[in-house]
Amino acid sequence: MQKAIIDRSNRLAISEENIMTTQNNDAIIVDQALKQFGKPVPNGWRGRLRARRKGKNAVKSQVTAVDHVSFSVQEGEIFGVLGPNGSGKSTLIRLLATLLLPDGGSIQILGHDVVKEPMQVQQLINRVSVEASFFKKLSPMENLVYGARLYGISGSQTRKQVVEILLRLGLEQRDIYNPMDEMSRGMQQKVAIARALLSRPRVLLLDEPTTGLDPRSKREVQAVVRELQQEDGATIILTTHDMAEADTLCGRVAIMDKGKVVALDTPEKLKALAPRVNGHAPTLEDVFLELTGRKLTSDEVHQDA
Amino acid sequence: MTSAIRQIQASYAFMERNANLVKRYWTWELVWLVYSIANSLSVSFIGLGMENLAGSEANVDGRYLVLYLVIGTLVWRYLSTIFYWITEVISIERWEGTIEYTLMAPIRRIVHMAGQTLFAVIYGLLFTAVVLAVTVVIFDVDLENANLLGGTLMLLAGSLSFIGISVSVSILPLLFPERGAQMTHIVIAVLLLISGVYYPVEVLPGFLQKLAVVSPATYVLDGVRQALLENTSSSQLWPNIWPVLLMGVVAIPAGLWVFDQAERYAKRTGKLARNG
Repeated sequence: MQKAIIDRSNRLAISEENIMTTQNNDAIIVDQALKQFGKPVPNGWRGRLRARRKGKNAVKSQVTAVDHVSFSVQEGEIFGVLGPNGSGKSTLIRLLATLLLPDGGSIQILGHDVVKEPMQVQQLINRVSVEASFFKKLSPMENLVYGARLYGISGSQTRKQVVEILLRLGLEQRDIYNPMDEMSRGMQQKVAIARALLSRPRVLLLDEPTTGLDPRSKREVQAVVRELQQEDGATIILTTHDMAEADTLCGRVAIMDKGKVVALDTPEKLKALAPRVNGHAPTLEDVFLELTGRKLTSDEVHQDA
Repeated sequence: MTSAIRQIQASYAFMERNANLVKRYWTWELVWLVYSIANSLSVSFIGLGMENLAGSEANVDGRYLVLYLVIGTLVWRYLSTIFYWITEVISIERWEGTIEYTLMAPIRRIVHMAGQTLFAVIYGLLFTAVVLAVTVVIFDVDLENANLLGGTLMLLAGSLSFIGISVSVSILPLLFPERGAQMTHIVIAVLLLISGVYYPVEVLPGFLQKLAVVSPATYVLDGVRQALLENTSSSQLWPNIWPVLLMGVVAIPAGLWVFDQAERYAKRTGKLARNG
């Protein structure tokens, strides 16, 4: 029986099985990853001088976006990272995607260090971000052929696949050749997923892929994610602040708050950490509230860096 | 071998993408072409204007001045086109919001730059050729006694050094998400001032003449003018060719190294995520 360890003084809840121990089939190993932004405010007269020159409120202190985070993800797993805005989810994804250099700790993807072997990592991963990043005046076909070529896939090979994938995702034939800025956000996000699929990544990083989508588009994207894992065996890291999404899609979920992982387990075991309210089964939001004293969906001032 | 093919594919990706962008934004390209033609003609007409203003007694050779200015505008058009396409390697991505996607791809930065540069050179040559064609018709330019091969050689040699400078300057949008693109205009403006595009470098104040020595455009313009106006042989252009080749050999790897350092800095400080 897994035992949840709850340290009420620092709100840490990680079951014994999920404390990071490396296994041979770990696709991702994050060990004490640290990421900070900004310069520390100097002490003493230097700090006071800076405050006087720039104004007290203009002095930015150092922000720790990812604070000694450790976890591992097995191959073929859908691993969720749940947390409010500003919790460090996107920063964590960017560290995995070689878009940020960690200030401490190490991150390995399929045996390659993200700092020492970035190109090897880049060949194995792909990422779908919350903003569908495209050349807006180019068509889905033009964007995807460009994206595929970056991963060494020829244009002729890509053109056939693009049509198949996009039709499967619900796009009309004519949409494939019209500029991206004529498409809805939901459609754009599907094209973003198609682009990620073309390179057949072994690790797929999905950074809030359904944020801002209507319910139907959200369900369609979630279905694609499930299909990816089941058919291709891809390892997927999914960041979200949609609790239902994390609950239904993810095998395990890490809850992040202020840069730290405050809980990590299967959704069922996480929900067991929170008490039932008015007879209703606890949600992951209840778990977050129990661990941090705050709501998961409260307004956040800080955005992920 | 497979890796080399992948990198060539990736390089071609940028060329194809840029070509598609030019097609999609064709109205802007047309506007820019018309503007460039009008600009070149306006400057070149100064030659005839000087002859007219000076009067027949001053013996000003308007045709020579026109050709002098035509060469200046066309060479500068070509070099600045290369400069802008290369320095916009990051700006384009920031504008479109694709910078993270592109910089996450498994391609070496030299490959990325090579694709962008090849496109810049081809686009620059085609663009300049159109402006040249119109200019030749309007001014009835006679190039019968010009060393066209030497002029072309000079231009291509100068391209290398401009590519190197452009790669170095392209770090500005990387380091300064909000103002970096505008900062590149300062660099090109200074090069325009000191390189003798529309006047001999000798008319500049002393301190600017000293700066002209480090601008590759100075040598390119002088060399092309010698080839086209004085029919100087290609071998005699060597005093202009070797400095720009040397600058290119130094500037290109230096520019790539600087870009690599800037990219690492941007990844350390989180500047990639901020779009312009």
